[in-house]
Amino acid sequence: MGFSRLLTADKSPVMDARPAEIVKFDNVGLRYGTDPEVLSDVSFTLFPGSFYFLTGASGAGKTSLLKLLYLAQRPSRGSIRMFGKDVITSPRSSLPDFRRRLGVVFQNFRLVQHLSAFDNVALPLRLAGTDEGKVQRSVTDMMEWVGLSHRMQALPQTMSGGEQQRVAIARAVIARPQVLIADEPTGNVDPEMALKLLRLFEALNNRVGTTVIVATHDVHLLKKVPESLIMRLNKGRLSDPTGALRYPPAPKPKPKTQKSGASK
Amino acid sequence: MSTHPLLEEGADAPAAGSEPTRSAEANLSPPTKLSGPIPWVIAILIALVVIAAAGGLSLRNLAENARADLADAVTVQIIEADPNERDIQAEAASSALSAHPLVTSVRQVPQDELEELLKPWLGEGAASDNVPIPALIDVELSRRASAEELAALQSVLDGALEPLGGGARVDAQSQWLRPVYDALSALQYLALALIILVSMATAAAVWLASRSAFANHRETVEIIHLLGGTDAQVTRVFERPVIREAAFGAFIGLVIGLAAVWLLGRQFASLDSGMVGGGGLDLTDWLIIAAIPVGGVLLAVITGRITIGHALKSML
Repeated sequence: MGFSRLLTADKSPVMDARPAEIVKFDNVGLRYGTDPEVLSDVSFTLFPGSFYFLTGASGAGKTSLLKLLYLAQRPSRGSIRMFGKDVITSPRSSLPDFRRRLGVVFQNFRLVQHLSAFDNVALPLRLAGTDEGKVQRSVTDMMEWVGLSHRMQALPQTMSGGEQQRVAIARAVIARPQVLIADEPTGNVDPEMALKLLRLFEALNNRVGTTVIVATHDVHLLKKVPESLIMRLNKGRLSDPTGALRYPPAPKPKPKTQKSGASK
Repeated sequence: MSTHPLLEEGADAPAAGSEPTRSAEANLSPPTKLSGPIPWVIAILIALVVIAAAGGLSLRNLAENARADLADAVTVQIIEADPNERDIQAEAASSALSAHPLVTSVRQVPQDELEELLKPWLGEGAASDNVPIPALIDVELSRRASAEELAALQSVLDGALEPLGGGARVDAQSQWLRPVYDALSALQYLALALIILVSMATAAAVWLASRSAFANHRETVEIIHLLGGTDAQVTRVFERPVIREAAFGAFIGLVIGLAAVWLLGRQFASLDSGMVGGGGLDLTDWLIIAAIPVGGVLLAVITGRITIGHALKSML
């Protein structure tokens, strides 16, 4: 399945045609209150169907940058465009349309505590008004795939950190988002599950055309996805070690919306 | 490693509709804690409104019935120490009144009845010849008399009794009961003010409850927002527990209020007073009282919706 088909299936009014860039930050700065900026002059462009790693030491501003990406925070300055529209000047009522195109794996999972694992995973679909029969089928399949079919009715507080992380990842990908944003998504799972989840992200990236951005400080993880691009944050400033984030971009990213012959 | 079926070639993406079903949203609602203080606060407030409303409606009925009874009636008083003279003057007055076109009936209050009326104040002495008791004539008019018509009635009586050397006084019952009517009106306004104040207190309680619920579930609200939930969806999710708590509280309040009204009604009924008997509630009154909990729930829903709406505006 290609990116164009995903667009065809989604009738949201936010994007009327395939954009050349899916996310564009231009001189973005972020400060909390009167504190010094945690992000300064951040400019980059994310292209459809690309796989990005966001690295940097603790406190470098990775989570702050991701918060801007998944629209939990407004920047103090600069502009952010998503799906061809300016997010900053868009009315607040249009933000849900943007957010429904994003899948987010939060650093601390952020599962709804009074909902079962099944209902947590079903949340994006139900909020989007998906037919309940399809919700049941999709979520059941997804829970099985992440190895939690026996824990579907479990409440988050009764689940281990690894289980909660898998629920969070399942919730992020269940609606096949156009952009998947993951904050340390493999931090609480064993290496085997970490690899499996990374392969899921790659499959989304390759088969569905989802743009993936994974924040991690695990340098070993970067090597697992050879085609990935790397953004590095250092004290709130973004560097571009691969050169692929320049506009127009360097050879990467190459189009990934073609059909792939085999699963990874 | 296999790929999730969702990612297989040709797999359909879960189709997105425009709005989720209400049952799907119901799944998102935080659990309702009916054991918390808010339903009981609402119950107490609704009970107070029911009691105040029942009291106000009862007072209104009482005043209206009393007015209807007394507005078209006057009492003629003949003050004469000599019982024989008094009887003669009373007869003459009755005859003169009966001939008047405004008068529909004339009844001279019997001596026994007068003594019975005065017994609570004068004791057995009321029946003694040593205590002169004026003759009373109940006069019913065809309609409410104006001040000029009452003066004309007085002239008729003066004309009839002057040759006999006596005199009579016309008392419009509605006149001497005016302070009572004024007091009843004041009590009705008091009941109305009480209803307004308690309604405001109910709104304040729901406002606090909604804010508290919103603060307690802020994390859930943020998650729903970040996953693409709209303000309307979040509001609906959070107004459900408010409705449940308010409905529960309103029902309990209605039961408590009705029980109190019933007990008060029994107490007043045992007074066996003619005036209090006019304060009963009719079907319309009971329907108004039954609508109070519905109004309470509506008030809670509107307050909750406004509160949550304001809180959401502070979020991105």
